[in-house]
Amino acid sequence: MDARQKEKIASLILHLITIIIVTPVVLIFVLVLVRGLPALTPEFLFAMPRDGMRAGGIFPAIVGTIYLTLGTALFSIPLGILAAIYLNEYAQRNWLTRVVELAIINLAGVPSIVYGLFGLGLFVTFLQFGASILAGSLTLAIMTLPVIITATREALSVVPRSFREVSFSLGASRWQTVRHVVLPNAIPGIITGAILGLSRAAGETAPILFTVAAFYLPRLPRSVYDQAMTLPYHIYVLSTQVPNVSVKVQYGTVLVLVGMVFIMNILASWLRARLRKRKTW
Amino acid sequence: MKRPFDFIIEKLVFLSGIASIIFVILIFIFLIKEGLSLFSQVSVQSFLFGVNWYPISDPPQFGIVPLLLGSFFVTFGAIVIAVPMGLAAAIYISEFAPRWFANVLKTGIELLAAIPSIVLGFIGIVTLAPFLKTVFRLPSGLTALAGSIMLAFMAMPTIVSIIEDAIVSTPKSYKEGSLALGATRWQTVYRVIIPAASSGILAAIMLGIGRVIGETMAVLMITGNAAVIPTSFLQPVRTLTATIAAEMGEAVAGSGHYYALFAIGIVLFIISFIINLLADMFLHRNGQGKKKR
Repeated sequence: MDARQKEKIASLILHLITIIIVTPVVLIFVLVLVRGLPALTPEFLFAMPRDGMRAGGIFPAIVGTIYLTLGTALFSIPLGILAAIYLNEYAQRNWLTRVVELAIINLAGVPSIVYGLFGLGLFVTFLQFGASILAGSLTLAIMTLPVIITATREALSVVPRSFREVSFSLGASRWQTVRHVVLPNAIPGIITGAILGLSRAAGETAPILFTVAAFYLPRLPRSVYDQAMTLPYHIYVLSTQVPNVSVKVQYGTVLVLVGMVFIMNILASWLRARLRKRKTW
Repeated sequence: MKRPFDFIIEKLVFLSGIASIIFVILIFIFLIKEGLSLFSQVSVQSFLFGVNWYPISDPPQFGIVPLLLGSFFVTFGAIVIAVPMGLAAAIYISEFAPRWFANVLKTGIELLAAIPSIVLGFIGIVTLAPFLKTVFRLPSGLTALAGSIMLAFMAMPTIVSIIEDAIVSTPKSYKEGSLALGATRWQTVYRVIIPAASSGILAAIMLGIGRVIGETMAVLMITGNAAVIPTSFLQPVRTLTATIAAEMGEAVAGSGHYYALFAIGIVLFIISFIINLLADMFLHRNGQGKKKR
């Protein structure tokens, strides 16, 4: 067999393997859509669960997930942006910066269930927030932080050096330069990264198991110290804890969560595409 | 000539900058604070090397060997499946596929990364487990093998994207030199590009392991959850992560069981810390190679 034939065979095998990886992704979407769509009635989306969650709607879980995602955004976005500004605009290349970078890498790598333990130890028990939206949001915020820092840093670093130099030469201070020159040019990139980070947080289950998730709570949360039902935990409950749940209810809940996560992802991609088109430098 | 507002905001920027360090330390402190209390009740040896995990029997036994082996089985299986396939996909996407098709495949793999793990766990229960049950004629499809296949799938986006980055960042001159000498694209891939991208491939393997060993919900749902020492991939197993997720709800705060679950958290934290440092080391080595270009 000569080298050309070998190349043809190798290319074919690589092609097949790649198809084997990507096909299930498509199948999963088709499956969730086909089985989930019939469940999506106004009642399912906007009513309280009934019959031990086997009927009725998933409204409290949807609201809980939205509250948690907003809470996560509130803590992680300002902190993440400031941290990225420090790393990209202020920090010198020294040991401290290196340690900060290693810390970020490690935060990104800590298993999600360990965040759950940490949230339970610090927020729920030590700070006595109890299992609550506050404790859950803070836990998810720390978990999301690395994503937001990394994305913001990237957005800041593509703003040309000359922009800053011009601003400095006009007598602006470093903060004025960041505030009026660098940040406005980086905002779309930052928003894209933040949305992607939050879409991850919205789908997480392990960190919220002991910090906020309620098994069954057929009312809306009244304060940040309240527990809440959430979509990911509700899927877990429906597929492993409650017997005889109809397939329709299960797939319907999955479809709503996947839909929420995907709307956020599509929004982020759209923003990124628009940003690329507009960029003139 | 700094204005006071600038001064305050710059202090705030600095504090946020080092917040990540503070959080890593806080995580470690709170794991240690709860986890080390276990060792006033049982010895470190009987925790790390004990072969029985009977947390609610009397007296309870907190040996994590079955759980460590469960995690090891599932991770090993997943990496054995995911690394060769991920490498193949990365090579195909970066070197062989037409541009438009490469973009379609990349989008597909990015979509996979966006699916929440709880959703994949659910899909695993309704599709993969029954499939394995029929194929291997098992009493239940919820086994280590199901976990390995699922986790291989979940690690794919990490592995493919890092290897692809490594392939794309090998100097163009290497590839051109090889092609100019009359080598085919395939010869160029395995004689030139793969060796040149080896650091990136190692980093991808490390980060893939990190992703797999830390995964919780999907594993909890499809590995069958039996905390016994596994001898085969067709048996149910229980991983470190799944044990915490499954049992913390019932563990009484302040009990030995509660502390033992935090102690498992310490083990997981240390494992992920080491894996991430190694991955960073490999990526860094790759970065230095780039500068020489």
